[in-house]
Amino acid sequence: MEIDRPIPSPITPEAKPFWDGLREHRLLLPKCGACGHVFFYPRVLCPRCHARDVGWIQASGKGKLHAFEIAYQAFNKAWKVKPPWVLAMVELAEGPRLMTNLVNVEPDPKVIKCDMPVQIVFSKLTDEITLPLFEPTR
Amino acid sequence: MSAVADLKSLSNSVCVVGADESDEIGALPHKSQLTLHLEAVRNAVSDAGLRISDVDGIFTAGQHSPALLGEALGIAPRYVDGTSVGGCSFIIMVGHAVAALHHGLCDVAVISHGESGRSGVGVSPRRDTSLTGQYEAPFGFGGAPTLFGMITTRHMHEYGTTLEQWAQVAVSTRKWAMLNPKALRREPLTVADVLASRPVVYPFNVLNICLVTDAGGAVVLTRADRARDCAKKPVYVRGVGEGTEHVMLTQMKDLTFSEATRLAGEKAFRMAGVTHRDFDHIMLYDAFTSGPPLMLESLGIAKRGEGVHFFAEGRSTPGGALPINTNGGGLSYTHSGMYGIFPIIEATRQLRGECGGRQVPNVKLSLVNGMGGMLSAAGTLVLSNER
Ligand SMILES: [Zn+2]
Repeated sequence: MEIDRPIPSPITPEAKPFWDGLREHRLLLPKCGACGHVFFYPRVLCPRCHARDVGWIQASGKGKLHAFEIAYQAFNKAWKVKPPWVLAMVELAEGPRLMTNLVNVEPDPKVIKCDMPVQIVFSKLTDEITLPLFEPTR
Repeated sequence: MSAVADLKSLSNSVCVVGADESDEIGALPHKSQLTLHLEAVRNAVSDAGLRISDVDGIFTAGQHSPALLGEALGIAPRYVDGTSVGGCSFIIMVGHAVAALHHGLCDVAVISHGESGRSGVGVSPRRDTSLTGQYEAPFGFGGAPTLFGMITTRHMHEYGTTLEQWAQVAVSTRKWAMLNPKALRREPLTVADVLASRPVVYPFNVLNICLVTDAGGAVVLTRADRARDCAKKPVYVRGVGEGTEHVMLTQMKDLTFSEATRLAGEKAFRMAGVTHRDFDHIMLYDAFTSGPPLMLESLGIAKRGEGVHFFAEGRSTPGGALPINTNGGGLSYTHSGMYGIFPIIEATRQLRGECGGRQVPNVKLSLVNGMGGMLSAAGTLVLSNER
């Protein structure tokens, strides 16, 4: 199958557990062993207390749509997905935010609202990459 | 002595003595970005009544290092600064130049910008910023519109801001562009035109987004004692401030409020001994129509959610009470990529009284505020034609 979008290449050492987890349909987030802070993107230091004792937890996959956009054109040469599609920033129940797409929804600002509840959809792209997409909670 | 007191003692110690663009700005497929730099430096230095050989401090951001610029100009600078935190880097460099000039690390500082942002002449291939590649590109993010729109839809959600209100920012800015012969877009513009223009990424239509041009610009600074011997009326740097908060947008604490901008503004206002009510001219970095209102809110000039009201007819527009973006802005005058040099040039010209049909009468105190990235970094200047 032709890959219709840019993919992380290569995956960096810090990001590997994240992408490995997604392949097994688990959304993993870094958690500080010292202060309990859950954060994203992954770093070797906790951004709150700066401890180096960072582990991973499995997130619920639930959250809220913090902000969104509806794209009417590609913004990257490698992007072949037909517009329009929905760009999303999701605030996870565990606290951190991540960038994703909102799927299984009409790409219409009358339908899509900030703070609407959303849930993860695992979307396999290649043997290595499974994307964490989100859809409105039903 | 506290650091703040130190800064206050530097207020008015340095002046902008030269400011100009490259020979041309706009669509320039016949010029490399190094050429744009060199033209801008030569023009700004001659505007100051100085020679390129007088320059001993080089400040620049973007693809060309200050060392390359020194080499191309045929000078070996005593002091260089290559701070690169996005388009406001040149505004932040004014503060860095004040410190360097004060300490005698250089005597004549040039801050230069040159970018072939439209034609891509003499440009190295774009680097992939790795965090974006890992976590954002797989979803179709790429470039500023796909990020700044997030800030904008969140603001609309929290404050009820409307597409019409953002469009009015473009309309106000265009009215100024119509008075600037150097502006790229000078035809009349209405809110309806903006709302009917091509959708790019909701909430932005193409007329909510800055131009993409080729342009250079430079400013020259020197200590106040030497500034008196330059060709034109000195413009005093009364206050400078800088701040950074995040790079990745997911890390911005509150999408509707720029902590970097608050930090930069607070420092600059305190150093200058002014309040947010004192300005009679304002230049704000307008990559998107929603940028300037959010900057006014983060600077404490507008209440949260009310920045858009400043762009109403009779306020920011020509003849209005508080003129904003009098060159026509990144939206209608020029935007080569890293726009931050151009608001400094315009504020300098306004304070000298050189702006012809768009001259703001009796302007004494001008505010320049710019962002880098997605309100990630900020630089603020308080400039005046009086000490
Ligand atoms: Zn911690």
